[in-house]
Amino acid sequence: MKIARKKKLRESVAKLFMWCAMLVVFGLVISVIWTIFSKGCKAMSWDMVSKLPGGGFYIGKEGGFLNAIVGSLYIVGASTVLGLIVSIPVVFFLNIYLKKNSKLAYVARLAFDVLFGVPSIVYGAFGFTIMIYFGLRTSLLGGIIVITLLIIPIFIRTMDEATRNFPRDILDASFSLGATRWETLKVVLRQIAPGIATATLLSVGRAIGDAASVMFTAGYTDSIPTSLSQPAATLPLAVFFQLSSPIPEVVDRAYAAALVLTIIVLLLSISGRFITNRFSKNKV
Amino acid sequence: MSIEIQKLNVHIKDNHILKDVNIVLPEKQITCIIGPSGCGKSTLLKTINRLIDGVEGVKLEGNVFVDGQDIINSGTEITELRRKIGLVSQRPCPLPMSIFDNVAYGCRINKMFKKRRQLIYHVQKNLKSVGLLEEVKGRIRTPAARLSIGQQQRLCLARSLAVQPEYILADEATSALDPISAKTVEDLFVKLKEKYSIIMVTHTLHQALRIADNVVFMYLGDVIESGPAEQVFHHPQHELTQKYLAGAFS
Repeated sequence: MKIARKKKLRESVAKLFMWCAMLVVFGLVISVIWTIFSKGCKAMSWDMVSKLPGGGFYIGKEGGFLNAIVGSLYIVGASTVLGLIVSIPVVFFLNIYLKKNSKLAYVARLAFDVLFGVPSIVYGAFGFTIMIYFGLRTSLLGGIIVITLLIIPIFIRTMDEATRNFPRDILDASFSLGATRWETLKVVLRQIAPGIATATLLSVGRAIGDAASVMFTAGYTDSIPTSLSQPAATLPLAVFFQLSSPIPEVVDRAYAAALVLTIIVLLLSISGRFITNRFSKNKV
Repeated sequence: MSIEIQKLNVHIKDNHILKDVNIVLPEKQITCIIGPSGCGKSTLLKTINRLIDGVEGVKLEGNVFVDGQDIINSGTEITELRRKIGLVSQRPCPLPMSIFDNVAYGCRINKMFKKRRQLIYHVQKNLKSVGLLEEVKGRIRTPAARLSIGQQQRLCLARSLAVQPEYILADEATSALDPISAKTVEDLFVKLKEKYSIIMVTHTLHQALRIADNVVFMYLGDVIESGPAEQVFHHPQHELTQKYLAGAFS
């Protein structure tokens, strides 16, 4: 009887602990969203998302931060596409072409783990050094390249995890029908599609919210870039610059920019989940 | 149209898996390969369609003649060889796509049809040949993974048949199935031998007794005895075969 009661007590304590942990996490998410929404809504208006900064925008006068929204979308869109183009072949090479116990695969995975942990400011500094070497100025291209470098390890590690558990029987099933390795890759792609969707989501989330790496590479401007060589504004930097202002109206606008950033990430998460579910339907 | 194996030796790293295998697998018959676990039955099957090539540290010696061509030494086009020799594995393995696309996959990569209508007809014909068409009617575009295990195995068989092979290799194709599904698949193999040469690895002696025309008994990488099922089962020549059939080891 005593043992049963002890077990029950232990079970209840564990359950309580789990509930508390859940509440802490939920509370954190809700308080972040609440803070951003309550403060951001005050300054939010149609002008904010549809206009470029006007004269005196940074001392609280008219205009919006469309430059930062468009700049962020340019950089994230281009670097996501570039990241996918580089990462998918690497993941296929590691998992399909190289043997299971390949030393090269081991070393490559170790290298990607290291890159995964490198802080974004280091990527920014690295990009800055390269740009100085080539005589480039802060530009949209610089931002795209550095963000691509930043998200490639995220892409590769996430997709690699999804592909490593890939059932080898599927490869044999495809080969035994007369398929080449290249043709079989399409089958692999279908199977790991949810993994790719998840990797894209994580990468985009990281790319759109990172300020440190774009500060020295993409720069900041009040206009929308019309070529790759022009500097580009980004939402994290819009938050950063406005938040450090002594003028309360400008600080509120920083929260409005943070609100837009949060909404974009939320929309991406929801659509990413939807896409993942869609891709998962054929998964074996 | 038969498969003839001469002095086949297979090494994987330091292990000598198949030792001097000499057998003939006759056409349009069911040849069952029997023997205890680890005797090299599956390795032999994988050598016939060269899926063994994907195994790390594999070394092949000897000759395997498929339709008179040595597939080990003559620089055979592997993808064409695999198309000609279908494989049904132990666990059903549908591809991550719809039921229709699973059967159409091999036809598409081998560019068998120019018109979509022909492909649809071909897919339906092959699903019908394994008794699946009626069962999946109305949901042919749904994911194959939603089928029951028995249905998935028949789908895999239909997928193999769709690329018009001449031989079918079955690696314990019924062992993961429930008794009713296993019986359905087994009956299918008996029906299919009219058109195809079937080489089947099986752990179930009763199954081999029911359907085999020929039997190959293997032990520790050696072929101990092979010949017509009647002879091997009822008048085994070798002592090891007698002991295995008597259930002394498995």
